[in-house]
Amino acid sequence: MSLSLDDVSRIARLSRIAVTPDELAATQNQLNRILHLIDEMRAVDTTGIEPMAHAQDVFLRLREDAATAPDRRAAFQAVAPAVENGLYLVPKVIE
Amino acid sequence: MKTVKQLSAALASGQVSAVELAQDYLARIGQLNPTLNAFITVDADKTLAEARAADAARAAGNAGLLTGVPVAHKDIFCAEGWKTTCASKMLDNFVAPYDATVIANAKAAGLVTLGRANMDEFAMGSSNENSFYGAVKNPWDLNAVPGGSSGGSAAAVAAGLAPFATGTDTGGSIRQPASFCGITGIKPTYGVVSRYGMIAYASSLDQGGAFAHTAEDCALLLNVMAGFDDKDSTSLEHAKEDYTRDLNQPLAGVKVGLPREYFAEGLADDVAAAIEAAVTELKKLGATVVDVSLPNTKLAIPSYYVIAPAEASSNLSRFDGVRYGHRAADYDGLADMYEKTRAEGFGWEVKRRILTGTYVLSHGYYDAYYLQAQKIRRIIANDFVAAFNDCDVILGPVAPTTAWNLGEKSDDPVAMYLADIYTLGVNLAGLPALSIPVGFGKSVDGKAGRPVGLQIIGNYLGEAKMLNVAHQFQQATDWHTKAPQL
Repeated sequence: MSLSLDDVSRIARLSRIAVTPDELAATQNQLNRILHLIDEMRAVDTTGIEPMAHAQDVFLRLREDAATAPDRRAAFQAVAPAVENGLYLVPKVIE
Repeated sequence: MKTVKQLSAALASGQVSAVELAQDYLARIGQLNPTLNAFITVDADKTLAEARAADAARAAGNAGLLTGVPVAHKDIFCAEGWKTTCASKMLDNFVAPYDATVIANAKAAGLVTLGRANMDEFAMGSSNENSFYGAVKNPWDLNAVPGGSSGGSAAAVAAGLAPFATGTDTGGSIRQPASFCGITGIKPTYGVVSRYGMIAYASSLDQGGAFAHTAEDCALLLNVMAGFDDKDSTSLEHAKEDYTRDLNQPLAGVKVGLPREYFAEGLADDVAAAIEAAVTELKKLGATVVDVSLPNTKLAIPSYYVIAPAEASSNLSRFDGVRYGHRAADYDGLADMYEKTRAEGFGWEVKRRILTGTYVLSHGYYDAYYLQAQKIRRIIANDFVAAFNDCDVILGPVAPTTAWNLGEKSDDPVAMYLADIYTLGVNLAGLPALSIPVGFGKSVDGKAGRPVGLQIIGNYLGEAKMLNVAHQFQQATDWHTKAPQL
């Protein structure tokens, strides 16, 4: 499986990472080398094998439905790029 | 080079105070860090405040075994009030507003933070060259990489800038730098050390652990770090253990398995020779050697390099320039802000893994890549289960070669990935493993050879047994006492 330049642009868009036209060819080359490495496993017969999503058979624990975390909004927003009146500021998304 | 055990005794007897000890280490960091680049952040005022608190606790009769012992923390563990960067431009301005559980446990034990250790950006790398703050140098040879991703932690301990250090291991990131830097490093069973506040790379593989000169010191630090944590949904509900409890057990009757695939083509002769000498030493100590097989070892590489990037692409979607971290200066709308923020904030290895992960999870490719990788993960884990029917621990090399030169593989991600062959399987299976120094490789560029590490892989929750084997080896040999000339 080889990625075209269009494929790389599409993946970059899905990843929300700007890749400039200058960077595109080098990125394509390196991703294709990585995919070539990964492709080694595609031919392995895995019929009947249960996928292993996790290192252990984990079950999500449940806890009491009670508030446990204190209000630390000021501390958390102190590291935000842009806030006002306790709200995070982002570019306008709806005109 | 002082061990933690010796420092603990010196503090208990009043021979040295926590403040004096912190000052000694800070002075050595001041002298050597400009060369080694093992620390991203050092803050003497904070360190000395913690040291004074440790001395006060001791004066009040509240000292524990490790109160006042200094530690370096990998810059991946959030620590309130400390800049926590994960070696990324994305978090260059991030001062953590809370403590990771590992940090909280270290504080509760009275450990004194010496600083924040350098690493590969977001723990992605095997050479510590992928840091926004520059590469770390190997204290044994300044032309060599220290290994990664916890390269700063390993280099700091090896160079005597810290008596022990925390790290994380997703695909070998504790064992491989421990091996390259000639020290001891342990990655416990998945779920033993809490991931709360440990910045996530690949959540089903990430596991915190410890670096020190000796297995005994690693056991002491693991005693502090480990334990069930309800803030981590995958933390093991497992009673607290004393990892030092079996250190002094004799090795007579212990069965060590040698997987033939770990000694096959691709293993450098000098590494093989050092590992074989170590196995001979363990036999002298009473261990029995058995031949075992991990037939799908080679498939760990493609399986890992699908699963880890897939999880990374999801985990790192949180870095969007909205709630914390870097935000691009100029943008046109929300999507443009995300794309420019992430293009500027992430380095190329991180971008490659996010792009790879996005691709293998994308529509039409999920089954062929992600699901197939998870099935192979099961096959690999089953191989380990079968091997442990015949032995108590598995031994092998940590890496196919000793540390390579800085820059040697930095333009070739695939060459770097291939060097992870002996460490990835352990993470996929969720097993514990450690690395101990067992010698040096052949001379490089006319200079002394670089360290070789022996990997000891344990069964699930078999940390105490692994540490027992490592400690007994270290009682009979002196490789762990060797220090680089700096």
